[in-house]
Amino acid sequence: MEYIIIIIAAVFINNIVLAQFLGICPFVGVSKQISTSIGMGGAVLFVMTLATMVTYLLMHYVLMPLELTFLRTIVFILVIASLVQIVEIILKKVSPPLYQALGIYLPLITTNCAVLGVAILTIQNNYNFLEGIVFAIANAIGFTLALLLLAGIREHLDLVGTPKRMQGAPIALIVAGILSLAFMGFVGIV
Amino acid sequence: MNQLQNFTKGLIKENPVFILLLGLCPALGVTTSAFNGFGMGIATTFVLLMSNLIISLLKNFIPSSVRIPSFIVVIASFVTAVDLIMAAYAPDLHSQLGLFIPLIVVNCVVLARAEAFASKKEVFSSIIDGLGIGVGFTFALTLLGAVREILGSGSLLGIQFLPQGTDGIIVFILAPGAFIGLGYLIVLMNLFKKN
Amino acid sequence: MKNKKPNTLFNMVSTLLIISSIAGMGLSGLYNITKEPIAKVQQKKIQMLLENVLPPFDRVEKKAFIPYDNLTDSILAFFAYDSQNNLLGIAAITYSLNGFSGLVKIMVGFLPDLTIRKTEVLKHSETPGLGDKMETGKSDFPVQFIDKHPETFQLRVKKDGGDVDAITAATITSRAFCDAIDRAYKTLIQHYSPK
Repeated sequence: MEYIIIIIAAVFINNIVLAQFLGICPFVGVSKQISTSIGMGGAVLFVMTLATMVTYLLMHYVLMPLELTFLRTIVFILVIASLVQIVEIILKKVSPPLYQALGIYLPLITTNCAVLGVAILTIQNNYNFLEGIVFAIANAIGFTLALLLLAGIREHLDLVGTPKRMQGAPIALIVAGILSLAFMGFVGIV
Repeated sequence: MNQLQNFTKGLIKENPVFILLLGLCPALGVTTSAFNGFGMGIATTFVLLMSNLIISLLKNFIPSSVRIPSFIVVIASFVTAVDLIMAAYAPDLHSQLGLFIPLIVVNCVVLARAEAFASKKEVFSSIIDGLGIGVGFTFALTLLGAVREILGSGSLLGIQFLPQGTDGIIVFILAPGAFIGLGYLIVLMNLFKKN
Repeated sequence: MKNKKPNTLFNMVSTLLIISSIAGMGLSGLYNITKEPIAKVQQKKIQMLLENVLPPFDRVEKKAFIPYDNLTDSILAFFAYDSQNNLLGIAAITYSLNGFSGLVKIMVGFLPDLTIRKTEVLKHSETPGLGDKMETGKSDFPVQFIDKHPETFQLRVKKDGGDVDAITAATITSRAFCDAIDRAYKTLIQHYSPK
């Protein structure tokens, strides 16, 4: 039951992009097409879950016992950077077209505030290891969901035509704002 | 380019938030008031300045294949330093900015500047560049924070100007307002840019 | 002028090691310097909270108790006395892990007979605009606990058969809030008989 609440909260109510403002840069950059959004979502899912697991273990079994918690930021970001490198290498071998499509956005997962944010939030919310994993997966799903929604809308907008000054980021942000408003309606579910 | 241009480009022409679209996460996350936006801008500027300085100094000592991890360690160290200093000497701002302080380390602005500029140019230019971009970032965040605070809370810098008991347009201090506010500000800046 | 270091394994590893060590040492130093100011800030915060939830007192005695249901983190109890050593009240820092987003930490001020005097929310990650209504001043939710005694005022939401009016659309947060106060009460009576 607990896990269901964690999932619903992460995907709909406290959506990592639309409510917590994490992961905006790739959100605005990658959401132009549905296909790249799915690819990005998958990569983020993998990195986010692994990163949360590794940082959780490091935090609880190394940093806290040694009273080195102030090194949290450095350790966490190095873990994430390494994981992204590994994902890049794997993706190059396994699916070169996806690797090409994601382009610069793949290494940018390192600077995706959502990944580091979720790792830190797992510690802050005092989740245990299993809850942390569920939390990470759920947030990655929430991220992908927001990405897909925005990509779908933007693909339509391309056909309709937007005022010149609003093209690109501004209209993406305004649409995101409306999506965020819509998602606020989920808040009363539980 | 001369140093004056180096500095001012960060303000409007290459404003990190409005034009380069970097550092959007904190721009949306902490701008519930002008003061919070300003505080975050200052903290980020400090990190930007120090990391540009150190990375520019060390650029010939870092083998290029490990430059990204090295930059990350340098940047993360200064972020941790800012985190500790704020917790000790500016606790209210520290708890307002919360999660976004450690997130400065993944602020695309800082890493992008290190990679694109500081690792290639001399120390003085790098410092000026860091300052310029930092000031531009602070300007953007303070502006967005001010807009959201005025419309959403009916106050500016904590000074209420709406009569007691009336709410502002609350949506502006909530999530949707951040997106919409930033979106329209970028449109305004685009107008500015063309002129 | 490219006199960069060659990318040998030795260079890569040594560069990273040197940078990391300097960063580590610098930060340890900074951590030690800021440890005390940070602790002082925490103490001041607790003092202010105690003065808020308790009647005016002259001194406090701090005790830590293991929660009655054996959760890991202790409940901190502050016994407040006047200058003649009369017990004026007990403040307990208690928590619930059942919040919507996890941990909810509150401070409850009790009178010597364990009537609830006041509550103050310390930490939570509940939804802004909903769960956060348990904070003082944001809604009437916390007011209903004042002057109630857990023996006669059942600390569960009405939906669960208790006496508490939950926050609309924030049942889980309301439950967690009650759970925290209940934990404080049940733990205190294990070690202290109300007068």
